[in-house]
Amino acid sequence: MAESGGVKMQVENVSVYYGEQVALRNVSLPIVANEILTVFGPAGGGKTSLLRTLNRLNDLNPLARVTGDVFLEGESIYSPGYPVIDLRRRVGMVFDLPVALPMSIFDNVAYGPRLMGVRDRRRLEETVERALRTAAMWDEVKDRLSTSGLGLSGGQQQRLSIARVLALQPEVILLDEPTSGLDPISTAKIEESLRELKRFYTIVISPHNVQQAARIADRAAFFLMGELVEFGTETEVFTRPRDKRTEDYITGRFG
Amino acid sequence: MNKKLRVSQTEVAERAITRGLALIAFSSLSVLALITVFILREGLPVMLNLGIGEFLTGGRWAPSANAFGIMPMILGSVYVTLGALVLGVPLGLSCAVFLVELAPRSVAAALRPAIQLLAGIPSVIYGFWGLTTLVPFIRNTLGGPGLSILAGAIILGIMILPTVIAISEDALRALPRSYKEASFSLGASHWQTIWRVLLPAARSGIVAAVVLGMGRAVGETMAVIMVLGNAVQIPDSILDPARTLTTNIGIEMAYASGDHRAALFATGIVLFLIIMILTGTANLITSRR
Repeated sequence: MAESGGVKMQVENVSVYYGEQVALRNVSLPIVANEILTVFGPAGGGKTSLLRTLNRLNDLNPLARVTGDVFLEGESIYSPGYPVIDLRRRVGMVFDLPVALPMSIFDNVAYGPRLMGVRDRRRLEETVERALRTAAMWDEVKDRLSTSGLGLSGGQQQRLSIARVLALQPEVILLDEPTSGLDPISTAKIEESLRELKRFYTIVISPHNVQQAARIADRAAFFLMGELVEFGTETEVFTRPRDKRTEDYITGRFG
Repeated sequence: MNKKLRVSQTEVAERAITRGLALIAFSSLSVLALITVFILREGLPVMLNLGIGEFLTGGRWAPSANAFGIMPMILGSVYVTLGALVLGVPLGLSCAVFLVELAPRSVAAALRPAIQLLAGIPSVIYGFWGLTTLVPFIRNTLGGPGLSILAGAIILGIMILPTVIAISEDALRALPRSYKEASFSLGASHWQTIWRVLLPAARSGIVAAVVLGMGRAVGETMAVIMVLGNAVQIPDSILDPARTLTTNIGIEMAYASGDHRAALFATGIVLFLIIMILTGTANLITSRR
């Protein structure tokens, strides 16, 4: 485990192409352990591409091509033979649209641990409870763990997705606009749990608006049309941005 | 004024076309109704005369002696159909999974029309192939007459493949991409994702595929006549010949008369009910999705 304040992941000269289209252009930035990095900017800026590069989910898209390199604790995750399945356990991902897998709430959360070979019922129960508590939804669902995850509300499904990732005890959690489809109350609940979570995890989140980015960020990266325009601490980026475009965006002049 | 007139003309045409199409649609339904009435009228009296229980459970079919029990045929249909499912469903499902999840685009593009072609081969050709190749093969390697439940099950297993593949492929393809991504991002391998998420999620569509494949197997006649041996007996082994409900009608209708003919219609009623139940079940499953 990287120390608090140490570099957990390092992005080096990463470009992402989808066919002929450039989604991300030569991006380098560090991801600091036990911090929340917010990756923000207008749609099509390359935020999702960056997140999908960090756990190699782009591998699933036959059109996607990634150049450059990403290091997890100093080790290149794009080196040949790197254990991708292991990587995805260490670097978990929560998507913009809540995804409850078509199975019970319990099985949703136990899915990852079971894949890792955990069979012991009591251990699974403990893991599920801990994950659901951390995602701030244990009290809501503890009496209906065996009902289908599809019956939950959008906000609950999203927290279920977070719990599912937490159950894997990853090191880094990627969240791609996790609150984009949610009401303000659910959003607040999720933001609150993120602030709790960073004590144990490193978090990279693409927030769904600037206000959210400013609220939860320790560090922030502003992306515009595939380019990393500005990167720095929350204060640096949101109160005295160096680049005119960043300032225009956060003051709402465009976007 | 002129404009208004034109609008109402369009409306009249519109209404006429709607009515016309509705009439045509309902006429196909009326064909179904006519067939139902017809086979019920022809077959029901003899069924009631003999007693429905006697007709369904009787083990002896001897038209010359006025003995009409269709138990051997019911069992023949059940055995051959189950055999076809045992062979065809795993094969078809694997094929669908391969097409949707694993095959490179070019391979899938080549495979899919080939499978559709499988559905277009006339059943008599399947029967012909079975008779000249499969039946001697079974006779020489496994013994028995060759004309057997096993031969019928293999032929039908192949014949239901296009149905099973097409419907389960649709079911798998209809799943949201997010299931797959979520599963992968939780550290699942491709196979784990298929086995633990995709197949269970597509369950209702797959069940519908099985039920419709079953319907196809129960209803098939020509290919089965040619490879099954058609003996009226309750079979002891999959190497024994047998007769199904469909082949019973197909073989004897040409020369039957009187009660014998009516009993064949009664066989048709039973077949009709089985197919209706299967199709209804499939519809129920898919609509509940």
